[in-house]
Amino acid sequence: MRGAARGWGVLLALMLATAPGARAQEDEAGGVPPTVPLRAGDILPEDSWPTYPDPAQPRADVAEEPVGPVEEVVAGLSSDAVAITASFDGSDILIYGAIKRETPIPQGPPLQIIVTVEAPSQAVTVWRKQRRAGIWVNTDSVRIGAAPGFYAVATTAALDDILLPEWDSRYRISLPQAMRAFAGQIAVESAVPFTEALIRLREQDDLYRLDEGSVKLVEQTLFRADVRLPANLVEGSYKTRIFLLRDGQVIDVFVAPIDVRKVGLERWLYRLAFDQPFLYGLMSLAVAVVAGWGASALFRRLRRA
Amino acid sequence: MQIYLPIAEVSVNAFTLIGLGGLVGLMSGLFGVGGGFLITPLLFFIGIPPPIAVATGANQVVASSVSGVLAHVKRKSVDFRMGWVLLAGGLVGSWLGVWVFTILQGMGQVDLVVQLCYVVFLGLIGMMMLQESIRALRRSRHPTTRRRLHQHMWVHRLPAKMKFRASGLYISVIPPLLVGLAVGVLAAIMGVGGGFIMVPAMIYLLGMPTKVVVGTSLFQITFVTAFTTVMHAVSYNTVDIMLAVLLIVGGVIGAQFGTTLGAKLRAEQLRILLALLVLAVCLKLALDLFLTPDELFAITPGIR
Repeated sequence: MRGAARGWGVLLALMLATAPGARAQEDEAGGVPPTVPLRAGDILPEDSWPTYPDPAQPRADVAEEPVGPVEEVVAGLSSDAVAITASFDGSDILIYGAIKRETPIPQGPPLQIIVTVEAPSQAVTVWRKQRRAGIWVNTDSVRIGAAPGFYAVATTAALDDILLPEWDSRYRISLPQAMRAFAGQIAVESAVPFTEALIRLREQDDLYRLDEGSVKLVEQTLFRADVRLPANLVEGSYKTRIFLLRDGQVIDVFVAPIDVRKVGLERWLYRLAFDQPFLYGLMSLAVAVVAGWGASALFRRLRRA
Repeated sequence: MQIYLPIAEVSVNAFTLIGLGGLVGLMSGLFGVGGGFLITPLLFFIGIPPPIAVATGANQVVASSVSGVLAHVKRKSVDFRMGWVLLAGGLVGSWLGVWVFTILQGMGQVDLVVQLCYVVFLGLIGMMMLQESIRALRRSRHPTTRRRLHQHMWVHRLPAKMKFRASGLYISVIPPLLVGLAVGVLAAIMGVGGGFIMVPAMIYLLGMPTKVVVGTSLFQITFVTAFTTVMHAVSYNTVDIMLAVLLIVGGVIGAQFGTTLGAKLRAEQLRILLALLVLAVCLKLALDLFLTPDELFAITPGIR
């Protein structure tokens, strides 16, 4: 068992030497783990934390005190680029890595890992229907300035048990936090049902996902996570983040990009549609006319025969 | 077989699309409707973003109409002169429609207006056609009353008369121009060819014989949808050629079968079928408006 784990470690080390990725600069304490007096699982007073976070709220301030031994993530991805071809049907990304430490594994609650993969953010408008004169009509809307087109969270255990809300708010880890800001005036009494609806609709389309317990962590040292990218991906620079947690607090972050690009015919058509729209429009028409005429001629011949 | 659409940015089953195109092509050949009023909602249903469904639907309608119109030209059932008059009105109407569409978009009520238009027009036309064709069917079974060539109505008393030989009509150009215009406006707003409105209008308003109505309406639809396709491609980049090709493959084959089948069926039966189809689509859309929807929320990209 140990032998196998060590063998895997050696393999990982070799792979990591060439793996892409960059250490996050988000941790201002310079790798020294900060802490807060709250512990994971503590019950918070009703009014101190909203049951459903408001994305417009500023990031929570977290008191930072250096404590405990230093633990860092070293990780890699099975691929740092996804090519969208005509037959593209989703892609599996393997995220693997190890925990680097100079001291023995500390006592106390076990190490936890959260892996997130997110697509570039886009502005969206969420509409709510109401009955007006017997007809269901779009009445209110909330405009969300930036919501990722795809967002997957994979964890080693239930998210609520391993991550404190203030750390979630600081790094924007959970699904509700993934939405950044509201654009313009909010005309509705509460934006919460709208953000909930956005998450629910995107979850139905498999675009937002929370896979609790899907990250495998061996001996508090080696981990792997499999994230499936769905078929309905949009192009752009995706971001993978790996969070190392102890006691509900983030002690290290690792960030790596994944480049999602259309290739071949897909790329050519896409570029043509946007760079030469008139030519593209004429081409679409030509295809339609030729196909229509061709079928007509073919059937005439068939009927005669 | 899954295929990734480059503009729509979604992955769908290629055979579903071919089948869908085939079904709509069959309608197109059978009834002389472009099939846009069926294909656009069906594309929404399989998860294609609405703007892309509308624009690509128009492109698919071009193909099936070309295929259908050629079959009709061979059978000499196209009134070209009437077609050009309707087209002139249609292009102006389409331009007007796009203008109205932009205003509605600013108010955030495009979906509602489009749906209401569908319900009102499909309902009216469906009822009218059903009533008329049932009456015609009864008349042909009990031939007691003398059949007139066509009814003389107010439209036949307007000035600027023109001879439409293929239709056997000598009427003013104003009604066909207005029909073309109205269809053009609705086509642009609803993202359809407009055949399902034009065919009944030609029969009941202009008094054209059913024999030439289908071919002539296809002729007009071909040009109006071609114009719409290019306009969408240039101003919104929403035509997905990959999606269009798959729909077209099914569509052109379906259209040929539809035309053949249409020649075998009797005109009254054909009209009852179309009336029932129109009413079915109308009922579905009306239910969506009046029943409490499963999902009260909807996402649209961008901030208007």
